[in-house]
Amino acid sequence: MTVGDIVSATPVSEEGPLNVGPEGAKKIEGRSPWRLAFERLRRDKAALISMIVIVLIVVVAIIAPVFKHLTGHPPNQQYFDTGLTPDGLPRGPTGTFVLGTDDLGRDILVRLAYGARISLLVGVVATFLTVAIGTLVGLAAGYFGKIVDTVLARLIDVMLSIPFLLFAISLASVFQTGLKIVIIVLAIFGWSSVARIVRGQVLSIREREYVEAARSMGAGSWRIMLIDILPNVIAPIIVYTTLLIPVSIVGEATLSFLGVGVQPPTADWGQMIADAQTSNAVEHAWWFLVFPSVALLITTLAFNIFGDGVRDAFDPRSDRVFR
Amino acid sequence: MSVDGAAQSDGEVLLRVTDVKKHFPVQSAAFFRRSHDFVHAVDGVSLELRRGETLGLVGETGCGKSTLARCIMRLYDITDGTVEFEGRDITKLSTRSMRPIRRDMQMIFQDPYGSLNPRRRVGSIIGDPFAIHGLADGKSRKSKVQEVMELVGLNPEHYNRFPAEFSGGQRQRIGVARALALRPKLIVCDEPVSALDVSIQAQIINLLSDLQEELDLTYIFIAHDLSVVRHVSDRVAVMYLGKVAELGEVESVYGHARHPYTSALLSAVPLPDPERAKERERIILVGDVPSPVAPPSGCRFHPRCPKAKDLCVHEDPALVPRLDDPPGHVAACHFPVADGENIADSTPEIGIEERIVEEGLVGNV
Repeated sequence: MTVGDIVSATPVSEEGPLNVGPEGAKKIEGRSPWRLAFERLRRDKAALISMIVIVLIVVVAIIAPVFKHLTGHPPNQQYFDTGLTPDGLPRGPTGTFVLGTDDLGRDILVRLAYGARISLLVGVVATFLTVAIGTLVGLAAGYFGKIVDTVLARLIDVMLSIPFLLFAISLASVFQTGLKIVIIVLAIFGWSSVARIVRGQVLSIREREYVEAARSMGAGSWRIMLIDILPNVIAPIIVYTTLLIPVSIVGEATLSFLGVGVQPPTADWGQMIADAQTSNAVEHAWWFLVFPSVALLITTLAFNIFGDGVRDAFDPRSDRVFR
Repeated sequence: MSVDGAAQSDGEVLLRVTDVKKHFPVQSAAFFRRSHDFVHAVDGVSLELRRGETLGLVGETGCGKSTLARCIMRLYDITDGTVEFEGRDITKLSTRSMRPIRRDMQMIFQDPYGSLNPRRRVGSIIGDPFAIHGLADGKSRKSKVQEVMELVGLNPEHYNRFPAEFSGGQRQRIGVARALALRPKLIVCDEPVSALDVSIQAQIINLLSDLQEELDLTYIFIAHDLSVVRHVSDRVAVMYLGKVAELGEVESVYGHARHPYTSALLSAVPLPDPERAKERERIILVGDVPSPVAPPSGCRFHPRCPKAKDLCVHEDPALVPRLDDPPGHVAACHFPVADGENIADSTPEIGIEERIVEEGLVGNV
């Protein structure tokens, strides 16, 4: 189902080319499927609120150094004197440490702000890479068909059958751990589901008459794939992308939590949750575990609700169901 | 016209189709075994198209009209036979070498909703031929596109609209504009009006014939509506199960149908005069079109033909002039219908097992 189908249900002008004069033509401006989707999105309150939350998180990530300057606490600086109680326990939220400190006396607020950078960076870059690979493979498999499709479809099946965490942990233990490997691992495991969606869409779209029309005019395969087919599969791709960002963020946090992702002392939400969990101090210092968890929760929730909104905007006929 | 003869004096041959066959493999469920069954969609069609004429192509759904059109346009690879355009064999040309030829042959599609990309603006759709062939860019492309839009009766101000904002008839005009953009010599119209309302059909047909006069176009006009074909065509070819059953000047074919299939088709055309309609006896064909996977032997029409005799079962009739028809009017029938003959009363003289009989009637016949 495409947005075009929906738009076609809206009233169109009467038959006859000349009954709409130039002044009428200006009034009835070409409403693109994009604009219709955007207008639907604007009316969706939940999506709007989640978008504001996302913007706030992005702002926090960008201005993370401001937090550093305001508090005077670099993210990896350990304050054994001021940041820890005399018995060596983390300090709760106070004037100096707004969200408290962790077991090494580091400022949780500043670390959360810096951790947002990593989460968003991984979320966006890994998702972008995933979607790019998946779209390319899906387009090629769906459009060329035959042997290309057989090979790529089998590859997709194989990729979907490999257990993600097991493979990720072993890969990270073979190669050096770090941000790059996290992004690559997420992309390697993510593209196949994107490819499957795109392939399915392309299979139906390549049989449309307008693709045949393009071929009859002499358009080459690449032109048809990029100009005629891609714009018609872009809606599900965008929806999937917004829903994939939180998955990537959680994936990165999971890998870092397991110790195969971002390495200490870099501030990272998954890493912070892992620290809190392994440290005995958490029994006395709830803030230590709660704040990074809440940050992760709010971020993924905001992206998920926003993604649902985007899906509804592109496809108003679908029911709002939780997946 | 003779099928393999030289071009006649009254028009240079623009397109020559010789014994074209298109067989589609039947999808087999088995994964490793390749299918050996084929759908004989087009099975040996020969045609000549003269410059400036309109050749109507009629037949039931599934008789291979659209497949033949797509073979001519080289949208399908041809199984066997040749297609020559302006004397040049284009049957085996690669996509790249086909490109310059596509400037001269364009296609108009049946479905005005399906043939326009819903995601692209009209200006960009009509500008596609210019973009693909690298002929005009930016401003000059826009002015050329608007020129074509005006030519087909679209408001050039609507350049930036989307196809969804037009009605069916206007959309078909967009399809016509796209086909016309490069001023081709041949336009293959694949049922260009069957998806439209009758009042809109007339507009599009008139547009097409005006354009033909103005731009010296040659049309292949596919339709299943016989009165539309009679109105627009100079010559008409009747197809049945992938073969040409009858071919000739429109008035000759419509006035003196030689093939029983043509007669049956013509007797199904609704008449505007109820008195005449009452007088006319309709020829009701029994059964459905046989499967093109295993077409009948001999004459393909014999299982449904009221005049079928033994010869029809065993020998495929040649496509030649029958009775005292002019050389341009050919029919593939051993026992052509004479003028004034009423075949509705005929009974086939072949064994019951050779025929398609309606269920339940077998015991009575």
